[in-house]
Amino acid sequence: MASLIAILDLKGKALIQRSYRDDVPASYVERFLPLILDFEEEGQQVTPCFSSHGINYLHIRHSNLYRNFFPHENKKRDCFNFSNPLVLALSKRNSNAAEIIIFLHRLTQVLVEYFKELEEESIRDNFVIIYELMDEMMDFGYPQTTESKILQEYITQESHKLEIQVRPPMAVTNAVSWRTEGIRYRKNEVFLDVVESVNMLVNANGNVVRSEILGAVKMKCYLSGMPELRLGLNDKVMFESTGRTARGKAIEMEDVKFHQCVRLSRFENDRTISFIPPPTANSNSSVESHKGSRVEYMVKVKAQFKRRSSANNVEIYVPVPDDADSPKFRASTGSVQYAPDKSAFVWKIKQLGGSREFLMRAHFGLPSVKNEADVEKRAPITVKFEIPYFTVSGIQVRYLKIVEKSGYQALPWVRYITQNGDDYSLRTALEKGSAPIMPM
Amino acid sequence: MSIRAPRKGENYELSVDLNSEYREKRKDAIKRTIASMTVGKDVSGLFPDVLKNMQTDDLEQKKLVYLYLMNYAKTQPELVILAVNTFVKDTDDPNPLVRALAIRTMGCLRAEKIIDYLCDPLQKCLRDENPYVRKTAALCVAKLYDLKPELVIDNGFLEQLQEMISDSNPMVVANTVAALTDIHIAATSQPSTSSSDPGIFVITTNILNKLLIALNECSEWGRVAILNALARYVAQDEKESEHICERVVPQFQHVNGSVVLAAVKVIMIHMRGVHREDLIKQLVRKMAPPLVTLLSSPPEVQWVALRNINLLLQKRPDILSNEMRVFFCKYNDPLYVKVEKLDIMVRLASEKNVDALLSELKEYASEVDVDFVRKSIKAIGQTAVKIDEAAERCVNVLLELIATRVSYVVQEAVVVMKDIFRKYPETYEGIIPILCANLDELDEPEAKASLIWIIGEYAKKIDNADELLSIFVDAFTEESYSVQLQTLTAVVKLFLKKPDSSQGIVQKVLNTATKDCDSPDVRDRAYIYWRLLSMDPAAAKAVVLAHRPPISIPRTTVAPALLEELLGEVSSLASVYHKPAETFVGRGRVGADSVRKGAEAADDQFSTQKALQTVVAGQQAENLLDFDDDAPALDGQPKGLAATEVLSQTPAAANLLAGTSSNPLDDLVSIFGSGGGLAPMSAVPFGPGSAIPGRGGFGFGQPMSPAPATPAIKSQPQQHHPQDDLLGLF
Repeated sequence: MASLIAILDLKGKALIQRSYRDDVPASYVERFLPLILDFEEEGQQVTPCFSSHGINYLHIRHSNLYRNFFPHENKKRDCFNFSNPLVLALSKRNSNAAEIIIFLHRLTQVLVEYFKELEEESIRDNFVIIYELMDEMMDFGYPQTTESKILQEYITQESHKLEIQVRPPMAVTNAVSWRTEGIRYRKNEVFLDVVESVNMLVNANGNVVRSEILGAVKMKCYLSGMPELRLGLNDKVMFESTGRTARGKAIEMEDVKFHQCVRLSRFENDRTISFIPPPTANSNSSVESHKGSRVEYMVKVKAQFKRRSSANNVEIYVPVPDDADSPKFRASTGSVQYAPDKSAFVWKIKQLGGSREFLMRAHFGLPSVKNEADVEKRAPITVKFEIPYFTVSGIQVRYLKIVEKSGYQALPWVRYITQNGDDYSLRTALEKGSAPIMPM
Repeated sequence: MSIRAPRKGENYELSVDLNSEYREKRKDAIKRTIASMTVGKDVSGLFPDVLKNMQTDDLEQKKLVYLYLMNYAKTQPELVILAVNTFVKDTDDPNPLVRALAIRTMGCLRAEKIIDYLCDPLQKCLRDENPYVRKTAALCVAKLYDLKPELVIDNGFLEQLQEMISDSNPMVVANTVAALTDIHIAATSQPSTSSSDPGIFVITTNILNKLLIALNECSEWGRVAILNALARYVAQDEKESEHICERVVPQFQHVNGSVVLAAVKVIMIHMRGVHREDLIKQLVRKMAPPLVTLLSSPPEVQWVALRNINLLLQKRPDILSNEMRVFFCKYNDPLYVKVEKLDIMVRLASEKNVDALLSELKEYASEVDVDFVRKSIKAIGQTAVKIDEAAERCVNVLLELIATRVSYVVQEAVVVMKDIFRKYPETYEGIIPILCANLDELDEPEAKASLIWIIGEYAKKIDNADELLSIFVDAFTEESYSVQLQTLTAVVKLFLKKPDSSQGIVQKVLNTATKDCDSPDVRDRAYIYWRLLSMDPAAAKAVVLAHRPPISIPRTTVAPALLEELLGEVSSLASVYHKPAETFVGRGRVGADSVRKGAEAADDQFSTQKALQTVVAGQQAENLLDFDDDAPALDGQPKGLAATEVLSQTPAAANLLAGTSSNPLDDLVSIFGSGGGLAPMSAVPFGPGSAIPGRGGFGFGQPMSPAPATPAIKSQPQQHHPQDDLLGLF
């Protein structure tokens, strides 16, 4: 359990803190940053949990950005960077580290859902409600309610309206009745989004080093009364266990995670599907050549999925040396922009049809004086894309049965989309000459 | 209106506003007060003014006042008493939110005065009709126990909590379990409790069943609390262990990683009682996917998971044997994640996947981050030592890396090559010229020392060994001590192997080392060599060129007993640090005194020894795993011993050795607060063990083997006389 939780600013000073147990004095919060700096100075690694003088420090860094999409933007190494608020928990016992770290993430998640962004300013502006939330989410160091949907029912910014007396929602203590009776919608509809995020790592020879698909079935539900829903997927294990044969293709899921409400007829589940054969999603090939004071890139993109699908909003980020200048681009489609702040150029293609192939050339000048000690950065090429009406894994929603005692007819809508995950990257070649990256 | 000097300033204005007749103005003033409190200004002087605003229908205002009270109750103990009435009244409020808030806050005030008034309302709230109030009251009992245990016992709150395990509401059950566990931990860590006391929260079969039912119905955090309690249950028989495992396995599917890890912990504990092979296999198989999925969590969670996976793999290497690819580092992983992944990859390395691993490690070795590059190169060396069949491929990768001529890459590769030579002596001599060609590039002591060791070891095969070594002999006094020691030994080896051509160089190095060197260790070693060489060259040969056992990578980094203990605490800080809890907690509230008293109990003594053993074993394992990374840092310990190591065979010297090496252990012993008497007792068995592998790890070219069967020892008896003089030195 945590004795104290604090959100720190850039200088390591607490923006807000809440003590849950008396065994760790609040003054220890101020020791955190000096400790970190000491570690850095000694060349020690800074890990999310460490112990110093009998106090355990557990911390996470919150980032408002879509994490890690632009690797070349990141700092050279993981040096301690306070550009985002840092959430710290202190404990004296041999506490449950996983519980505390995950709780800290939940806390930031809830705060983001309340205030959109978690920054110094939003924390200072909303300290009253943050205190309330911290009081409600943890008691005596033990996490309590961390679902922001439930918290929003009784901790609101407009609680000063005296007429309505707020009461704890049933969901706080009784998960079964998470849903209040008497909800009515004019039109009963369910929207299912099957979203697959593809993570893939391709090495400079064009071989897939690792690939995985993180799939999620997300549901928006406008259903009256107390419906009981059942969702059927083309899950191979399910087919095998029931002894039926699938008409179409059944897929194998390696691990399935359920939101805690799933069992209680609320569907919002994540599915992780990962498999070894390379999926055919989107492809990209590049030739890089250095000749003294200039650098040329040739990027070839080839869509290796079926002709009738197309990828939208394709963005290819190619890292270039920090000091590259005077860019010249020529692309057979789409637009190319230099983003010096990210040390990369971006090739944007609005729509990329299946089986199509395009070429782009880029030319940069390099300063003639080169710092010898400058180690060449070799950030991978990253790709962003969306392919609607398509799932890489072939997962399908077979049925969604809605049973409600009034017996109304409800319309389920299912939408499929495949997109890049947070790590879809292609390594570039080591040699300075030309090394083609084969299409995947 | 209260009149306090000074009549101006921020606090004065706040005080005026807090006493305003307008409600909105008062509330705004409270907010401003809290804002000042948040930024660290002292607003404790406003206590009476804030207190006046406590009685209100506005829930937000009430919360703010309560928050203020929680912060300043300790500084104003006399005034807190004024708040009691409102608190007690609030615990009768028709709104359960207010009742719960009152009881929750009263427990947090931690003022002696108010505690006595807490018992009656708490009694009432524990029986409240609303589960929200009951679950809050349950934790309040733990808060009360923390302040005044006797009040909890006198009022029968413990019995009441025991009853509440049967509550109809799963969340109440979960918080009750959390409260009882908390009290149990607090009670068992008190000095007054003897080991015969079973503790406060004993889980019976009856409770077990209730917990198993509540487990499936309560919130994620409640599940963690219940799973933790299940982990403490002692199963009656195998059937019950199986039953618990079967009931807990579905928790692997939970989206919350702490539930998954808590379930892993319960399974690891109760699997000890399961003997059915097929069930164990099934459990282990089911454990893999959820562990893999934890790697899609935020980096901090990944790290906690990785540290635990590392432990799990030490016990059951088969869990993730097919999953090495998921541990490949992402470009953006923070360094702390990458380092853990590297370690796990080496753990999972097998003949089947070694090619994929090597191409991955080679890729990492060309990244930007120097630390990561070095660790990747080390991992290549570890792979070579671990998998005999892949050693050649590893060496080729290292050669490719050396060809890049990037200074730190080359240096690290040289260090790693030395370890490969130690594992596979006389196998890769062909690459020695390539290593020697990079001699000029080396500027780090460890890399230099490694290369010197290689030259000394293969002096016979290297034609210009004397030339190469003379470079270091010429600059002897400028080098760091670890390089000096290596140079000294290497030159002596050279002399023993090629006595004709190296007479001059050995004379020179012994002269310099004994006359111009500031380090007593270097001087002592030089003296020993000198005497050995002058008294009995045959003995010198036996000692300096003794056969050394090949190194290997230990399967575990912690002692088996500790591994079991840590696996029983999966997801706790202890399992993350890979250290027993006693090494980082125990000071503070549970004071050093109590620890000392506790240590007198036999159990604790055992655990102290175990901890000691672990720390020692950990160091030792680390040395081997790290491949001498820490050589300069650890030098302090063996340096003092370096001179005596030849003597370790004589009983007196052995004692001396153990005595000396126990010095660093004394510190460890004192951590546990045990009396000095324990130190020699516990240190002696571990002393030589810890010191010698540590020294061996440096590859000083000394007879690192503690094994008493090497020929060197047999020739010892004649050596006594000159060495007796040396003993006098100590």
